[in-house]
Amino acid sequence: MSEQLYYEDIVVGSEITPLLKQPTTRQLVMWAGASGDYYAIHYDKDFAQSKGLPGVIVHGQLVGCFLGQLMTDWMGEQGSLRKLTCSYKSVNFPGEALICKGKVTKKYVEDGEHYVECNLWVENAKGEKTVSGKAVIIMPARG
Amino acid sequence: MTEDSLNIDDLRDEIGVEWEPGVYEIEKGMLRRFVQAIDDPNPLWRNEEYARKSRYGGIVAPPTFVLTIGFEQIQQILASIPSRTILHGDTTLEYYQPIRPGDVITATTKITNIRERQGEKGKTVFMTFEITYINQRQELVARCRQMIVSY
Repeated sequence: MSEQLYYEDIVVGSEITPLLKQPTTRQLVMWAGASGDYYAIHYDKDFAQSKGLPGVIVHGQLVGCFLGQLMTDWMGEQGSLRKLTCSYKSVNFPGEALICKGKVTKKYVEDGEHYVECNLWVENAKGEKTVSGKAVIIMPARG
Repeated sequence: MTEDSLNIDDLRDEIGVEWEPGVYEIEKGMLRRFVQAIDDPNPLWRNEEYARKSRYGGIVAPPTFVLTIGFEQIQQILASIPSRTILHGDTTLEYYQPIRPGDVITATTKITNIRERQGEKGKTVFMTFEITYINQRQELVARCRQMIVSY
């Protein structure tokens, strides 16, 4: 784990350390088991194609969890994720490299808590933003 | 809501009506399977000894773990809408209390919105579900909105 980041160190406009994920079909099956989402477009190619998809697709929610990890990795143990929103713009396919990225948009103190807001997104290898989102976190302050 | 087949109008009658709450005991194995599935190596979710020295004093679930709790109830409803493709549209998670192994989480779900749009290839339906999560100490753990697209 990297060193703890503090509210004072965070600059609006700065980038969040990117996170690379490359979900495999095996990971989709693990996610199906862990989440209870057994919709067959995520593991049965014939079924996915019967629904007009080119093949099995990654669960949107799994990619949402990658954005959660992007934030928990970056904010460190002392940070708290208060809000996460994800909007699934287009589908992702297993085997694709997905880069989770983010940028700090705002920081402020409210009721004694140190808030940081970020825009988040997921890029595929073609550079397309397939998922976008936002996070609100509470960070420790040096005081 | 146990019908074999539903249409959107049946669901529209359910807007704002809370479903029978689902009660879930959070086992260590569930958390382990979740963090393995998302492939997140953070020791806070995995390593008891490390987590004990953290501010949490023990293993906690990653915030996104809560998204898997109670989702089966939504799945059942979605599965009962015949011959449609269903995708996640968006997710909003507000998170207030960490979840730990041994917690008992009560998830209460309701449909908050249904919109329809007529397109060239037929009708697209946007359904929004809201789930409220409470722990065994009656603390609000999280609130989640899931927008599902069906076409």
